[in-house]
Amino acid sequence: RGVRLVSGGVARIEKVLIANRGEIACRVMRTAKKMGVRSVAVYSDADRHSMHVAMADEAFHIGPPPSQQSYLCMEKVLEVAKKSGSHAVHPGYGFLSENTEFAEACKQEGIIFIGPPSSAIRDMGIKSTSKHIMSAAGVPIIGGYHGEDQSNERLQAEAAQIGYPVMIKAVRGGGGKGMRIARSDSEFLEQLESARREARKSFNDDVMLVEKFVDNPRHVEVQVFGDMHGNAVYLFERDCSVQRRHQKIIEEAPGPGISPEVRRKLGEAAVRAAKAVNYVGAGTVEFIMDAQHNFYFMEMNTRLQVEHPVSEMITGTDLVEWQLRVAAGERLPLLQDDIILSGHSFEARIYAEDPNNDFLPGAGPLLHLSTPLADQHTRIETGVREGDEVSAHYDPMIAKLVVWGEDRSAALKKLRYCLRQYNIVGLNTNIDFLLSLSGHPEFEAGNVSTSFIPQHYADLFPTPTAPSAAMMCQAALGLVLQERKHTQEFTQTSSDTFSPFGSSSGWRNNIKFNRNLTLQLGDKKVDVVITYNEDGSYSMQIGEEVYHVTGEVEVEDGASFLHCSVNGMKSRPKLVILDNTVHLFSTEGSSLVSVPVPKYLAGVSASGAQGGAVAPMTGTIEKVLVKVGDKVSVGDPLMVMIAMKMEHMIRAPKSGVIKKVFFSEGSQANRHAPLVELEEEAEDNGEGGSQ
Amino acid sequence: WLLRCRRLPLACTRPYYADKVARLGSELDRQSSEYQENYVRMQVLVDQLKSRAEKIKLGGGEKNRKLHTSRGKLLPRERIDRLLDPGTPFLEFSQFAAYELYGKEEVPAGGIITGIGRVSGVECVIVANDATVKGGTYYPVTVKKHLRAQEIAQQNYLPCIYLVDSGGANLPRQADVFPDRDHFGRIFYNQARLSSEGIAQIAVVMGSCTAGGAYVPAMADESIIVRKQGTIFLGGPPLVKAATGEEVSAEDLGGADLHCKKSGVTDHYALDDNHALHLARKAVRSLNYRKNIEVTTEPTEAPLYPADELYGIVGDNLKRNFDVKEVIARIVDGSKFDEFKAFYGDTLVTGFSRIFGYPVGIIGNNGVLFSESAKKGTHFIELCCQRNIPLIFLQNITGFMVGREYEAGGIAKDGAKMVTAVACANVPKITVIIGGSYGAGNYGMCGRAYSPRFLYMWPNSRISVMGGEQAATVLATITKDQRAREGKEFTAEQEAAMKEPIVRRFEEEGSPYYSSARLWDDGVIDPADTRMVLGLSLSAALNAPTKKTHFGVFRM
Repeated sequence: RGVRLVSGGVARIEKVLIANRGEIACRVMRTAKKMGVRSVAVYSDADRHSMHVAMADEAFHIGPPPSQQSYLCMEKVLEVAKKSGSHAVHPGYGFLSENTEFAEACKQEGIIFIGPPSSAIRDMGIKSTSKHIMSAAGVPIIGGYHGEDQSNERLQAEAAQIGYPVMIKAVRGGGGKGMRIARSDSEFLEQLESARREARKSFNDDVMLVEKFVDNPRHVEVQVFGDMHGNAVYLFERDCSVQRRHQKIIEEAPGPGISPEVRRKLGEAAVRAAKAVNYVGAGTVEFIMDAQHNFYFMEMNTRLQVEHPVSEMITGTDLVEWQLRVAAGERLPLLQDDIILSGHSFEARIYAEDPNNDFLPGAGPLLHLSTPLADQHTRIETGVREGDEVSAHYDPMIAKLVVWGEDRSAALKKLRYCLRQYNIVGLNTNIDFLLSLSGHPEFEAGNVSTSFIPQHYADLFPTPTAPSAAMMCQAALGLVLQERKHTQEFTQTSSDTFSPFGSSSGWRNNIKFNRNLTLQLGDKKVDVVITYNEDGSYSMQIGEEVYHVTGEVEVEDGASFLHCSVNGMKSRPKLVILDNTVHLFSTEGSSLVSVPVPKYLAGVSASGAQGGAVAPMTGTIEKVLVKVGDKVSVGDPLMVMIAMKMEHMIRAPKSGVIKKVFFSEGSQANRHAPLVELEEEAEDNGEGGSQ
Repeated sequence: WLLRCRRLPLACTRPYYADKVARLGSELDRQSSEYQENYVRMQVLVDQLKSRAEKIKLGGGEKNRKLHTSRGKLLPRERIDRLLDPGTPFLEFSQFAAYELYGKEEVPAGGIITGIGRVSGVECVIVANDATVKGGTYYPVTVKKHLRAQEIAQQNYLPCIYLVDSGGANLPRQADVFPDRDHFGRIFYNQARLSSEGIAQIAVVMGSCTAGGAYVPAMADESIIVRKQGTIFLGGPPLVKAATGEEVSAEDLGGADLHCKKSGVTDHYALDDNHALHLARKAVRSLNYRKNIEVTTEPTEAPLYPADELYGIVGDNLKRNFDVKEVIARIVDGSKFDEFKAFYGDTLVTGFSRIFGYPVGIIGNNGVLFSESAKKGTHFIELCCQRNIPLIFLQNITGFMVGREYEAGGIAKDGAKMVTAVACANVPKITVIIGGSYGAGNYGMCGRAYSPRFLYMWPNSRISVMGGEQAATVLATITKDQRAREGKEFTAEQEAAMKEPIVRRFEEEGSPYYSSARLWDDGVIDPADTRMVLGLSLSAALNAPTKKTHFGVFRM
């Protein structure tokens, strides 16, 4: 039990508890397995069937879904560590990874905390402290004046010393109020007065600070590693500039356009930073970089970062292995001169979120999930499998797609190729957005900055174009072929396996069989008249145009591909049909067409389900504003729901009388669950047709 | 062991090293003038067949269709398409019912669409009124077609689904519709009898069911009605007003609400046509019906030669001979045919084969029937009945051989043997008239009177007691003799003038459309579709449990 010390102060880690979930837990376990270290997982109720639980050698339940009561609960995690006889705890990222108390508690229990000493965490956790330490260690920090002397002369002198442009900021400011940029000495006073005026009005306080202003900055960070023997190395920089909601979505290593000279300076500054706090283990020193490649210390993350794989890819290392070895007291496997930068690597974070709705995080089931094949140069870091649920309780990241190439453009090409093969059905993802982002000419050119997305908003969110008629034909063909498959499956199980009644030829005597198929595209309905031709092809009429369509579904590596030809144009999109909805994933991106649910099948809950009085995502019902018998009109509030830390007002999709309320306050509703049954006022619309 | 074998059809297919020996048919000289001429002429007939059928498909015309769909109703063929398992075949019967039958009055398809299709995996007979044709009222041929559909259901043990949308009997023709045995009342008699035999009767009321028509849903095992669309009453509002003075709307008198909530005449309430068809599919699912075929099956194999070569082989000239074996080669699985008694009575070709994996015994004509051919046919029918193998008759027959030698040889009794065998055979019999069908040849080759399960005609075929030319000559000869007895002259011009209308009449009445209009067959088919039609018909026929055959006295 506990740590067994062997000769030379090297501890043996034979069993490691991973105090985390999702992809990082799986990532750590993979290396543990490789090293022959047994792994112990912890899980909350929500993760009972999760991948990290299945992967672990042992797994312990630690409480209800909210992280405060499970993954963030130190006592429970420590108890499991003791109970399981784990020699070490790997905290992953997030949760307890930068918690000094936890690091201390581990130490007291004689369990190795895989991370830096708690003192380093503490020092780096407090921004003003860390800046002083860095400044003292000769790490460039962003210049600024925070003094009490508020005279114009003093402020202007400080500005001149910092160097223009500078930012003049109200100490009590916020939301951009009381903030001005002075680009030169001549405009300083004018901007200062303006900032003060606004600050007085807004905060009744005009104390100002002056800081170096970095225009369109880049976010560049350096991976460092230290051991208990006083060694520290850097594994080059990563560029993580492109962000949304202040979170990274695409990262690369090395940073584009950074010269070897700057790279070396960055690395050495980062190593100085690490040494200044006697850093042990994996850490990241974050810098802000301007257009001239001047860089300034921002903060240090004292853990393994989400984006660590890109550094691994360009250095051929396994940082988790390093972590385990260093934590056991071993020396760093490589010293600086042995670490060679090779090629280029990208990581794209695939999130359950809706880029078109301000990247609103989502949750829900992964009804279909197919990924590119992993190989030496392609890594799929994920903690979910098809059929799993992206839980509303935790981070909505589904996976990280990591690729490596000989150079930046090769790696980028590979990234885009693989993104197209990453196909998910069941919830909104940012995959299409990642494709348009990584395909942007400015991104290709490496001109990245933290304001990349707002700057190129129009290009990144093009107005959606109507799906082509060819795509509608593909969807219709997909549905027809699925019917054929169902018929074949039935026929195979019947006692009469060769009956021509089981053929899906649509055969009719002397006349052609044509059928009307109505497809739903967003809120638009499109009629497709399908004629079954004798040679097994189909003629599909959309509007006035007729398309000649042929094709077959072929299954490869478990995924279905629609090999089809529309008016002679051949294509091979991936085909997923779920719940009357056809998803096509092609090189042009993904598209979705559904068959409207007939009124009668929507049944009693139809009025609600069809009109939209359904849960927009999985969440908790906060308030119920109606009761049975209430008369409501379109737009009347029905319920308030809390999902992903946001309030959603559910409104009546149409007028009517509330017949049933399916959820009470405090209960959990799944995505698309009908919330109320609404009996609409008499309404009639038959589905006419022609032959 | 045999039973086990039936359950596992694949286990039964023993590879036979000499399979190739059994292949039939030959590569044709497609460039020959005969082939080319035949092909073109048959193509004309097939094109005519299809264009006529496409017109019939449209039912009662643009105006009536518009009116029908404007009420939110589906057209009858669309109802059928949506009732069937999506994309599966539909074997429609007698598209040409009433074709040019009622003078200027056009009644496309006889105002009723019938056929067999798979619903929830069960092969069912479907009967759908076409309300766009004369309000879906029953003409004499409509009744006949409805009754024929029920007969098919009964013979082949197929559940019936009635998609009812009819104004009832066509009043001006009531005398030809109402009173006789095989008239309107027989529909309900059949429903009762079919139900008693365990053949499910499901009615979907999608329009009116007035007077007698009310009994279709009322006599059904299970019935469905569409709200604000279907009505059932013995007397409609005008009749009620005339009889009692009561004023009532059709919906209040016999709508879905009344019949589902108060009267209990109907069992299921549908919101619209689609819903009703969905409910009908569910009703079939709940039949707990499983088809148990009592024959061996083998994997399907396409014939070696393209089906359209039949056009070039057969053509439209009935006087031109063709080898029926070339026809068989383009119909059966892998063109494999195990011929029986190849060198005996060779004007009749007999042998075993498979169509869509089902075993069949095929009897085809290669010329006039002699005593030997008739005896061979009889023997072969006995074999098939003994082995429970369905029989396929490919008719192209001018009749039995005539003349002193043959009469003396007892051709009458040999012909009678074959007719007896055909009449008594209880295995499924399916007849396709691929050429001429004349005289007693029609009997021996299982004409309509011999109750084949299904009978189809090719567009080139002709059916009559004898050929028009022969008939005219017979009549002319008799007249000439009579004139001679009276000492009168019968000039060549007079003879020609007498023969001409007879030939023309025989030609007209012998046409497959004339036959089909009167339901003497189950439909005119494209020769290239023969294999499919036979496959579907066999599949349907094998729903019925096997009935043992007992032959009558064979006159020796």
